[in-house]
Amino acid sequence: MSENQSDDIIIARDVHKWYGNFHALRGVSMTLKRGEVVVIFGPSGSGKSTFIRTLNRLEEHQRGTIIVDGIELNNDTRNIEAIRCEVGMVFQQFNLFPHLTVMDNIALAPLWVRKWTRDKAEKMAAELLERVGIPEQADKYPNQLSGGQQQRVAIARALAMQPKIMLFDEPTSALDPEMIKEVLDVMTQLAKSGITMICVTHEMGFANAVANRMVFFDGGQLIEEGTPEQIFNNPQHDRTKLFLSQILH
Amino acid sequence: MATITDTIKPPATSVGVLGWLRKNLFNSWFNSLLTIAALWLIYNLVVGLWDFVTTANWNVVIVNLRLFMVGRYTLEQVWRVQVSVAILAFLLGASWRAWGGIIQQIGISIAALFVGLALLAFETSSRVYLAANVGLIAIGFGFAHLLRSRGLLVALWIASPFVIAILLYGGVGGLPIVATDLWGGLLLTFALAVSGIVLSFPLGVLLALGRQSSYPVIKWFSILYIEIVRGVPLVTMLFTAQIVLPIFLPEGITVERVVRVMVGFTAFTAAYLAEVVRGGLQAVGRGQSEAAKAIGLNTIQILWLIVLPQAIRVVIPAIVQQFISLFKDTSLVAIVGLLDLAGIANSVISQKEFLGLQNEVLVFIAAIYFVCCYVMTYASRRLEKRLGVGER
Repeated sequence: MSENQSDDIIIARDVHKWYGNFHALRGVSMTLKRGEVVVIFGPSGSGKSTFIRTLNRLEEHQRGTIIVDGIELNNDTRNIEAIRCEVGMVFQQFNLFPHLTVMDNIALAPLWVRKWTRDKAEKMAAELLERVGIPEQADKYPNQLSGGQQQRVAIARALAMQPKIMLFDEPTSALDPEMIKEVLDVMTQLAKSGITMICVTHEMGFANAVANRMVFFDGGQLIEEGTPEQIFNNPQHDRTKLFLSQILH
Repeated sequence: MATITDTIKPPATSVGVLGWLRKNLFNSWFNSLLTIAALWLIYNLVVGLWDFVTTANWNVVIVNLRLFMVGRYTLEQVWRVQVSVAILAFLLGASWRAWGGIIQQIGISIAALFVGLALLAFETSSRVYLAANVGLIAIGFGFAHLLRSRGLLVALWIASPFVIAILLYGGVGGLPIVATDLWGGLLLTFALAVSGIVLSFPLGVLLALGRQSSYPVIKWFSILYIEIVRGVPLVTMLFTAQIVLPIFLPEGITVERVVRVMVGFTAFTAAYLAEVVRGGLQAVGRGQSEAAKAIGLNTIQILWLIVLPQAIRVVIPAIVQQFISLFKDTSLVAIVGLLDLAGIANSVISQKEFLGLQNEVLVFIAAIYFVCCYVMTYASRRLEKRLGVGER
């Protein structure tokens, strides 16, 4: 694999993570090129969420190296804060701030972290709301929106920091079936914009349409990776075959 | 087949006054009995109260009004208390215009209270004074009309406790000092309650955060403080503040008794608030701080912008409960020889010329306590409702 800094935006080498005695990540190595869209899938408890959470230090890894956009993740808080400005994250449970309006949810980070003026931050928030298709909801509170709308606000909030990388942690798993599509549409449009994306998801149609690469996790290890075509048509490992046969009916 | 838009009216027997009466008051023989017994009780209560109010000798209150309001505060300096009230009336009027909502309702209630008192008032000078305060509310309202932003108003509110404290105590700009030992009545009650509330709240929040801190020294100090203070009666705290506080101060520096009591109340209430706020902190999900971290906020920003606003909103009722309890507990200062509203009432009851009029006195101060506490409850209920907009 290439060590070229300008080309590889995420480099993870032999990443280990324990919860107490439980070995959650067992030596995961993965490299992402700029603009690449990667879908991670696998059974629950396989460490896929844990892995992407180590990439912005929501979880601490105990062994191995993670380099994001040329900055190594270690206990240096300045590094962590610098990386969090480059990496946006969207959660399964949305995690919008319920005491703030949609507008304030999105404008918060530019205002306080980037120290923008309120006018500038709100102008960009309005543009982002336009982009995710709900410009008319700016003054509402999160609980007044549907699940799909909330998740789109969460995407806009993550984009407000103008990140180079977006992490999606099962973004559609908590949604009603009829709302999944509106969120996937936004994600598809985002993937085509050239941003680097890692999505933990079981939406195989989405993976097939936009992923450059698919990665299968099981038991805290990276079992198999390949293009969607390779994974769907010609999986190499039995574990992958079994899992795919169970989720593709 | 019925279409989806068809609506059906509720059955007629469940609506109307009679339906309501039958359903709620006379739905079984036992409930009917309870209803009749309750009506009989209410009747007697109302008649008794009416008899009392119409035959009571309110002279005891009228003659001692100044004692009830300011205690033994030097007579020639009472104007300073009046100016303080006037400052607050002005600020209230201005805030009414600037924020509206709940402040408007408090403004209306207080203006109505002043007008009502002015009508009842006992002498012309108090009438003029009360009317002047209503006027000041109006002037404040007009003043805020000219303001562009609320910043100045916030600054004025923040400055007001200091200005008023200096005004009341004196010693600056030729104002003679009025020793706090002379403060009494409602003035002392308010001074203790307001200082206790304003100071204990930030302290309580800090202790709650300290208790969750990852630094062992801070964490154990907070736990120790909270548990010790909660394990001690308030009376003991007040005594301790009287006796222990001077020991910690360098020689030659003495602190007025009232200030020591304020420290006692603040220290006591802060421990309880800390536990209340801690409950609120636990109610804020882990996902909130994770999301805040993920967008790049630092620890202090996460606390200030995300966690604390949500935590405190959840526990507003419990916090106000604590403040009401503090307000009423101020009457305990009697044990260190200070005369707050309740203390003054006790001494008035034992005046020779008003022997046997304790009912009048007690009803009078009970009414004052009730109005103050009710304003706090009402404000908290409104605040909850307003903040509830963003609830999950």
